[in-house]
Amino acid sequence: MSYHSIVMVKQVPDTANISGQVMKPDGTVNRSKLPTIFNPEDKVALELALQLRDRYGGTVRVMTMGPLKASDLLRDCLYMGADEAILISDRKFAGADTLATSYVLSEALRQLAPYDIVFAGRQAIDGDTAQVGPQTAEKLGLPQITYAEEILQADGAKITVKRKVDHGFEILEGTLPLLITVIKDAATPRPFMAKRVMAYKNAHTLLELEKMTEGNSLLYMDQLKEEYVSKGLFIPTLTADDLDVDLERCGLGGSPTKVHKIESVVLGGGAHEIIPATKDGMYALIDKLMEDHIFG
Amino acid sequence: MSENQQQVWVFIEQREGKPADVSFELLSKGRKLAESLHGELKAVLIGHDLQALAAETFRYGATEVLLADHPELKHYNTLPYSRIVSALVDQHQPRILLFGGTFIGRDLAPRVASHTRSGLTADCTDLQISDVTYLRQEYSQLLLQIRPAFGGNIIATIICPDAPVQMATVREGVMEKIPLAQPVAGRITPVPYTPDAADRLVRIIEQHHEASKVNLKAAPIIVSGGYGMGNFQNFQILYDLAHVIGGEVAGTRAAVDAGFIDHVRQVGQTGVTVRPKLYIACGISGAIQHRAGMSDSNKIIAINEDPDAPIFGVCHYGIVGDVMDVIPKLIDAYKHKLK
Repeated sequence: MSYHSIVMVKQVPDTANISGQVMKPDGTVNRSKLPTIFNPEDKVALELALQLRDRYGGTVRVMTMGPLKASDLLRDCLYMGADEAILISDRKFAGADTLATSYVLSEALRQLAPYDIVFAGRQAIDGDTAQVGPQTAEKLGLPQITYAEEILQADGAKITVKRKVDHGFEILEGTLPLLITVIKDAATPRPFMAKRVMAYKNAHTLLELEKMTEGNSLLYMDQLKEEYVSKGLFIPTLTADDLDVDLERCGLGGSPTKVHKIESVVLGGGAHEIIPATKDGMYALIDKLMEDHIFG
Repeated sequence: MSENQQQVWVFIEQREGKPADVSFELLSKGRKLAESLHGELKAVLIGHDLQALAAETFRYGATEVLLADHPELKHYNTLPYSRIVSALVDQHQPRILLFGGTFIGRDLAPRVASHTRSGLTADCTDLQISDVTYLRQEYSQLLLQIRPAFGGNIIATIICPDAPVQMATVREGVMEKIPLAQPVAGRITPVPYTPDAADRLVRIIEQHHEASKVNLKAAPIIVSGGYGMGNFQNFQILYDLAHVIGGEVAGTRAAVDAGFIDHVRQVGQTGVTVRPKLYIACGISGAIQHRAGMSDSNKIIAINEDPDAPIFGVCHYGIVGDVMDVIPKLIDAYKHKLK
């Protein structure tokens, strides 16, 4: 039996490489200065979905909610081997916390049904919450397996998954459809395939096509879109209207958590004793620690 | 508004009937939050044969345990557990619900928050009750959910001004476990459980749990390494030092991500919070997420090549130098003075 997967991916600021320029003097984040990357565990989730397709056949679709430039991420997914990529984008979705995000994602999944497995990274490095996967599953009434580190086998409507737990692991058998969140150790993402890069670097969203045709007639625009669709190079965009969502549950307004206060971290030079990195220095340090009743 | 609105609930996590430490830590914190709210502290416990464990929560101030006890609930399973907790929240509308930031808590809490449409903040490093003015509106006694964010460059205070239930997860060791001298005279209220076909959509086939070999929280001395150790081989010198002075080895998230050390030994916001007598930070720059997990140590020694590393801001003794040069000297000095 073949399986149809949808992978939820996210473009994230590269929080591990934040430079001084990124922090404004008032302690807020200058997002435009932040380089963005493919959220590492989402990339591993895509790899697992592709491996499942290699083994059993089927399809792999990817979707992301984000600003228009998140189409870069979708092209990366196509380079790796995804069959289709969908952008979920609308200003009305901006500022969403995990609850509001999972609401929009779950509505998108309803439109993209049927599917057998929804994959996602365990967590995104910009928040580390690990909440969006389970919250999306809950809204769709799907069972979930979090912290997956290996898919052992799929057989009919059953999938057997090894998941990590504190100091050990569990082997679970889940009934499809279900949602799986994936940890980093589960797989090494395959590199982009040169042939696919050549083919899909021209894959575009509607807005990108509109920018390309600026000044041309609407008729031309329609023709162009049709041409891209027929070549498999069109990345569909789902907006709030397309998804028919309850706007009160979207974006900042639909988010129960609010940022009340942000303080920049003051890296104060606290008073401490400087110990020379010499033999004598170390002897003196041991003496001090004995006085502190830590040694001896 | 429900009469129950000032309740503080803690989800008590157990495996094979053994409670997670973090649950008692959260009860201790929850007790203080309940005092600020002039409310009641309650425990939510799910499993099988847990009367003794239920009574243990009275030592931490729980006045009531909501106990779902059934053979089919013996092992944690997402769907039945989240169904039970969600139904309880719907029915009683506690003001606050806390979960441990564990594999179980992080699997369960988001489902409950989603079902009840509550705000949920992950990995808080502090929780406080305060009146808040938000967008020119006054809110009394909100839960301030405080956590580092954005690669540790900022500390964010999150609130849920309009949600009836405020939820948070907290990692092990962040809050201190403080038992009462005398347990409170609490009561155990059974919660009915009716098995549902959906509860078996995910079945446990095998379980392998090893008892934790490391207990960083109990270690009097911790030798900890960061990304600045350079490589896996260099990192091993920390075990030499720990062996000589009688300590445990730990690491930062960057060291864990680089494969220098296992995640169970990670100190910081997304690892364990420790308060040893002595913490030796080697090749650690001192990001806020790491400092959140160790800055309450009694004495801190920092060894780093970069004199401007933020770790020097929290240490008591600072050594500017190459760890691979300093540590052997420190070992020699210790042996000379104490052996």
